[in-house]
Amino acid sequence: MRKEVLYSMRSIYRDDLEVLGYRFGSGRKTACIIGGLRGNEVQQMYICSQMIKILSALEEEGKIRPNNEILVIPSVNHYGMNIGKRFWGVDGTDINRMFPGYDQGETTQRIAAGVFDVVKNYKYGIQLSSYYMKGEFIPHVRIMATGYQNVDLAKQFGMEYVALRTPKPFDTTTLNYNWQIWNCEAFSLFTAETQKIHPEGARDGVEAILRFLKYRGVLDVEVSKGFANPSIVGSEDMIVVRSGAGGIYERLKGQGDSIYKGEVMGRIVHPYEGTVLDDVVSPVDGKVFFAHRAQMAMEHEVLFKVIAEK
Amino acid sequence: MILDVANVALPVDERLMIRKQRLEPLEKKPGQKRICIVTGIHGDELEGQAVCYRLLNEIRGNMEYLNGTVDLYPAMNPLGIDSITRGIPLFDLDMNRIFPGDDAGTVAEYAANQAVKDISGADMCIDIHASNIFLREIPQVRISEATAPILVPYAKKINVDFIWVHASATVLQSTLAHTMNSRGVPTLVVEMGVGMRVTREYCDQLTAGIFNLMSDMGIWTGPVTQVREPIISEDREVGFVNAEASGLFLPSVDFWTNVVKGQHIGDIVNPLTGDVEQRVEACTDGILFTLREYPMVYQGALLARILGGAELA
Repeated sequence: MRKEVLYSMRSIYRDDLEVLGYRFGSGRKTACIIGGLRGNEVQQMYICSQMIKILSALEEEGKIRPNNEILVIPSVNHYGMNIGKRFWGVDGTDINRMFPGYDQGETTQRIAAGVFDVVKNYKYGIQLSSYYMKGEFIPHVRIMATGYQNVDLAKQFGMEYVALRTPKPFDTTTLNYNWQIWNCEAFSLFTAETQKIHPEGARDGVEAILRFLKYRGVLDVEVSKGFANPSIVGSEDMIVVRSGAGGIYERLKGQGDSIYKGEVMGRIVHPYEGTVLDDVVSPVDGKVFFAHRAQMAMEHEVLFKVIAEK
Repeated sequence: MILDVANVALPVDERLMIRKQRLEPLEKKPGQKRICIVTGIHGDELEGQAVCYRLLNEIRGNMEYLNGTVDLYPAMNPLGIDSITRGIPLFDLDMNRIFPGDDAGTVAEYAANQAVKDISGADMCIDIHASNIFLREIPQVRISEATAPILVPYAKKINVDFIWVHASATVLQSTLAHTMNSRGVPTLVVEMGVGMRVTREYCDQLTAGIFNLMSDMGIWTGPVTQVREPIISEDREVGFVNAEASGLFLPSVDFWTNVVKGQHIGDIVNPLTGDVEQRVEACTDGILFTLREYPMVYQGALLARILGGAELA
């Protein structure tokens, strides 16, 4: 393992920001695994730390196959992490919406450019990611439908679902999108948590990455088989279930739960009087893919995304 | 009359309301036009607040001159304005990156979509921004190259100092302006002043310009003042001066002034060590039209923009 500073920036009153990379193996740039692009992606950083520990051991045992280099970057925005901010502390910009970056541009454009310059030439790009909506997903691997996506490869993570996202204009500045544009096979892994460490979810995430690298002939390692035939779901397969009122939110169903048409999935309760203002009812038989997580909800809030049973 | 554009219940005893003030002529006639004045998409930009206030009161005091509909949307992001938050509180994305919105999306996307539906069909839209809290801008209209042939003639009428025609970026396809221009509503993006402040001089200047444009469109029949001739970027390069060091930026030039390449325009200093971390120089000859207002900078922070090859008389 070689540990090196991939990008650094000076601050007059804080320690320098140093983006560290851990390299394993040598030769062809095979896989890059990246964690906390945002300051609250603790689970994502934690998964990287577990990967670094495991890859160190595998390298010592000679189980990284020849001519494969793996780079792991556990954190980019730890400046944000250390002050409890998801985005860049000064101007609130999101490093994951600055790719491919610009080395003569604004601060977060420069950070993105510095990172992208290092990661863009890998064959496989794996980002431990989090979503802009607050809630929990069934763990899955997500790819952007840019025209360059490779669904069959995504299945090799052995996760239960492969989600195919049709990019919106604001997606075009994410790392995942730009990796694909640079001919890298890019995958975003969503595990159970973001701000908190979810040990079981982290183990599943680590297993999924090891499985993928084994199937791609990079690692000589024993792993569980995972899901042999993951389901492919697109944005059009998701049924959105919303709140019909604002108030205290009582969630009755979580991600992964099976539901039937007409089943009450949650309730909106009057915040002062305790009466039920709205029963949140499933419109279909299916499985909960995304579940909103908060003690309160606005009217019209996306509370669930459900995969309808076919 | 005040009308709801979007109205959603918040969790506790409050509603999120995007509202507009509609001013209609005393006598409605076929063929009368509608203009929309939009501001407050970013909750930390307040210059448009004073423009809406001025327009509303001048029109109300002279209703006999109104020959069309004026819709004023002073607060597209009311929770952001209330809490000095650039984006929408509790939502990750910049509101001006989610248009045209989506009825099936988040609350923010739903509200954005309601606003788009409301503005659709208008004959003109002006979206007033105030830079951000970091940069001060001369009153200007920003136009993408693709829409320049349609929009530059309108932009010349609204009394700004500068029209910046710039290359398009994919991410800007999710702005209100791109959405409305694609739907046939000519939409001008105005940038002026600085975030969290109101610059009275600029607000008066733009208000006069909007009356001039309304007069030209036949929406306003009252007297208007002569507007200034803006400088248009055309084929001139815009030079960007970014910080190459972190520290405290102390400018040494005035804003909206001629500079020459290599001219000293400020320093980035270190108050702890007393060092000058960077002597900042103009990157080209031209007019300095953007200047850093918030003094603490990291490497990369934008310090100034210069319109190359142009000169103020």
